[in-house]
Amino acid sequence: MNKPLPTANPASTAEAHVRWSAEYAAQLPGEREVRNRSGIAVKPLYTPLDVDASRYDADLGFPGEPPYTRGIYATMHRGRTWTQRQLIGLGTPRDYNARLLDILDKGATAVSLIPCNSVYRGFDMDQVYPELLGTCGVVANTADHMDACLAGVDLAKTSCSLNDPLPFTLLAFMLATAKRRGVDWRLVSGTSNQSDYISHYVANHMFFRLALPGSRRVLVDHVAWCNAHAPKWNPVSVVGQHMQQAGATPAEAMAFTLSTAIQYAGDCVAAGLAPDAFLPRFTFFFDISLSFFEEVAKFRAGRRIWQRVVRERFGARDPRSWRFKFHAQTSGVDLTRQQPLNNIARVTAQAIAGIFGGLQSLHTDAYDEVLSCPTQFGARIAVATQNILREEAHLTDVIDPLGGSYYVESLTDAMEARIAEVMDEVDAQGGMFAAVQSGWVQRRIGESARAFQARVESGEQTVVGVNKYAVEEDESARPALPRPDPALMQAHRDDFARWKEQRSQADADRALSALARAAQGSGNTFGAVVDAAAAGCTHGEICATLRRELGFGQPLVVV
Amino acid sequence: MDIRPKVLVTKIGLDGHDRGSRIVAAHLRDAGMEVVYTPPWQEIAAVVKLAQEEDVDVIGVSSLATDHLIVPRLMEALRAAGLSEVGVIVGGIVPDDDERALLDAGVARVFHPGTSLADIATYVRELAARSRAAKFAA
Repeated sequence: MNKPLPTANPASTAEAHVRWSAEYAAQLPGEREVRNRSGIAVKPLYTPLDVDASRYDADLGFPGEPPYTRGIYATMHRGRTWTQRQLIGLGTPRDYNARLLDILDKGATAVSLIPCNSVYRGFDMDQVYPELLGTCGVVANTADHMDACLAGVDLAKTSCSLNDPLPFTLLAFMLATAKRRGVDWRLVSGTSNQSDYISHYVANHMFFRLALPGSRRVLVDHVAWCNAHAPKWNPVSVVGQHMQQAGATPAEAMAFTLSTAIQYAGDCVAAGLAPDAFLPRFTFFFDISLSFFEEVAKFRAGRRIWQRVVRERFGARDPRSWRFKFHAQTSGVDLTRQQPLNNIARVTAQAIAGIFGGLQSLHTDAYDEVLSCPTQFGARIAVATQNILREEAHLTDVIDPLGGSYYVESLTDAMEARIAEVMDEVDAQGGMFAAVQSGWVQRRIGESARAFQARVESGEQTVVGVNKYAVEEDESARPALPRPDPALMQAHRDDFARWKEQRSQADADRALSALARAAQGSGNTFGAVVDAAAAGCTHGEICATLRRELGFGQPLVVV
Repeated sequence: MDIRPKVLVTKIGLDGHDRGSRIVAAHLRDAGMEVVYTPPWQEIAAVVKLAQEEDVDVIGVSSLATDHLIVPRLMEALRAAGLSEVGVIVGGIVPDDDERALLDAGVARVFHPGTSLADIATYVRELAARSRAAKFAA
């Protein structure tokens, strides 16, 4: 026999709540108000009085159905958990490939590639100080380098996430590799994981200083080209992670990300693309901070807003356009150099928040990334953390397990309202592009970063081992630092110089001229980048050509 | 000697993550110092020129993603320009082995993540006073 469900009698619940409130206040007189990182007041207790049960179908519904609060797929993590996507990149293409194969062997299920900072900044390896090469990512400047990076990886079957900022040369090199290996571009899957030029412009500044209007054009060309030639590729990943790492609160980061996605979608529509043709390939990338419930609510609210926006603003009719697919990364800012092994606990809590938030793909930070670029040892623990959470901890037994919690539902509503407020402010600024051009977004992020730092300085926000529970350092916990072997890097540079002398300069020049013509006219700039990559042009040459034609743009930095 | 320190807060090299440099610059400014702030990716020669023109007491270099590896080049360029008295501090992700190399190259101090802003400001005041005194003595 089924047990009768406990029912709330609103009158008696309200009465009991008054009684309890008085008792609580008597026991904790003058208690300081608790606010989460987004500034939302958090009460000590949530009850049926905080939720409207009659709103279940409209506000929550079922997984795989709008408004997707409980998840974008009917089966969620029961059907398929999440893609375990560890960001890696170090040294030469050969170093990278060895590490990639190791991590795939240890349980990672997809490729991620982080290029050297010189690549982000639009340089080839012969244009920067050698000591900076390969220290934070792999030095890949040509199609040959990409071929070496991805040796042993089946490009028709393995999803590849490339940290490939505009103008997406890494994808172009990968497509050239696919062609050489006889892999149909229509089978190539993955994501241009750093395609969000606005987030680079305002937050981490990892871009090659192409002027904003030029960036705007190249991104739309990229979407249109992938749409036509590589339909399984996600050309757009809108990145809230950069903004939250730069200091935006979780609500601001979600709002700025959604406003950015609206900007990009609007630009694509203006270029003549049909919303349902490109929106299913939009993806998102977020930070997961240690504010556990706030992060869960942030993701649930984000899903709800996005499905509304794409339907109301863009008239999207295909449910695949409505689904808010996201990758998430545990927050590096929350990690501490003090007692670094404690970071394993932090990463675990962050990851669980992301999992309960319904993510599709997860990167767990290595505990040692606050000390240096992560070691192989640290990266293995990060992978193991995911394996434990996925297969030992029973986190995935139930879909949206926090759904129905009075607190989580109430907080999801409050976060949704806060996010919508910030999005309205962006609209009032003329949209995200204008709000970024004027520096409004940068100022806002800077203020939030300082407000958070003030909370840490005052001790209001505890950071274990830093402003509380500090202990004598355990130096044995310091990992050996990974640095590319200088001899191998020198050999890579020598090879590059030799290769440049031997390649067909005429072919390369022709392709760069075609790229310049596409940029001057109305040709598809990304299509020309793909051709240039196949013709033996280097990353630096492609970036320089585009910047010459489309203009130079220094980021607007606001203190 | 009670002086108003003049500090150049900058980033050299390839990385653009500037949350740290912006927060430190804003704090030093609010603490009453004169702060010259640059966006990231400054050329070493440009930093030397700015330090000279602005006659700063201290240069603070922020590094997240291994750009600290070229700080020894900055130290060399400052010496070559006759700016040895300018105190240089580095803040950010600097592994222990690299910290020793930076100190050997003449960096006054390396600040790691988790340092309080108040501690940085106190140290910058001391360093600026030393730097100013050394300039007068020279």
